[in-house]
Amino acid sequence: MKVLTLNFLTCAVKACKSSSDSFPLHPKDCELVSDELEVNSALLTNVLTRVDWKALTTTAAELGFPTLPATPPTPEELAGDEKMLKELHTLLMETQINEGKLVCGHCGHEYAVKEGIANFLLPNHLV
Amino acid sequence: MASTEEIAPEKYEEQHVHEVYEQIASHFSSTRYKAWPIVKQFMQSLTPGSVGLDVGCGNGKYLAVNHDVFIIGSDRSSNLVKIASQHQPHAAIVADTLALPHQAASFDFAISIAVIHHLSTPERRTEAVAAILECLKDEGKALIYVWALEQKDSRRGWDEGSEQDLMVPWVMKIGKKNSPSGEATEKTFHRYYHLYRSGELESNIAAAGGEVVESGYEKDNWWAICKRKQIES
Ligand SMILES: [Zn+2]
Repeated sequence: MKVLTLNFLTCAVKACKSSSDSFPLHPKDCELVSDELEVNSALLTNVLTRVDWKALTTTAAELGFPTLPATPPTPEELAGDEKMLKELHTLLMETQINEGKLVCGHCGHEYAVKEGIANFLLPNHLV
Repeated sequence: MASTEEIAPEKYEEQHVHEVYEQIASHFSSTRYKAWPIVKQFMQSLTPGSVGLDVGCGNGKYLAVNHDVFIIGSDRSSNLVKIASQHQPHAAIVADTLALPHQAASFDFAISIAVIHHLSTPERRTEAVAAILECLKDEGKALIYVWALEQKDSRRGWDEGSEQDLMVPWVMKIGKKNSPSGEATEKTFHRYYHLYRSGELESNIAAAGGEVVESGYEKDNWWAICKRKQIES
């Protein structure tokens, strides 16, 4: 599962969605792998305008990546900075959580990630 | 729902939809590769960098249509999600349509193709539409596609007046290699479907607090593009 995907996921428990503690989910005991992927700069540049940068900063820090800049690069900055584009591509698109857990900061429920696939089916008592 | 009053709908669907897809996943996937024109058109009309959902993505065949957007596909069948997750640059997760792990008002678009007709009560079908609409931004659009009752020219031949809730057989051919007897054979699975009559999808959307932008009929299916009803200010 891509780091980018985490920016668009929250807890599946209905009562958690209105709480700011449920986003982003917190990676726990994660094994990361890198999947090589061709850079699509149009996609990345435009997706970045939709990314919650604060949440991404949290996720990156929790996964042990170097601190991200305080604000996201603008499309213009990105167009002139191939190195930054490549780094963001590596972090968002190529880095994958292969095994581990995603924890909700509100209810504490842990969602398993196995072979790169996160499972959000809830046990009966949480539905 | 036919003669299953005592069984909770989610249990019924578990047995008559989810377990079947889990078992037929790879065979089902090998027969599902052609994109329907309306869906293809919708996907190709998206602006680059749009972020959206494919709710009930199955093997992810619609993830292959546009590589300039980012889609998170979800399905209850982990066997199908494994296949779907191979479509770059997208993502696929295991999730339930009625308990999606996404934030409200965050997505540019959503599609749900041949999914909500597997839910076994009108309330659950409306709830599914509401769950999809909830994920959309104000200007976001969702394309929902369901099997039609009116399909008299199809192989199945159903039409107005036919039973709307039924079990549809899926015949899986098993080759010699995979057959315990060593002979080529076949196994039949049954999946629950609710066939939609004309106007019914639009009613679900209205009941879910949505607004139909455009709707129509395409080869044995009803479809509708909808958005969240804008609250007048
Ligand atoms: Zn939670």
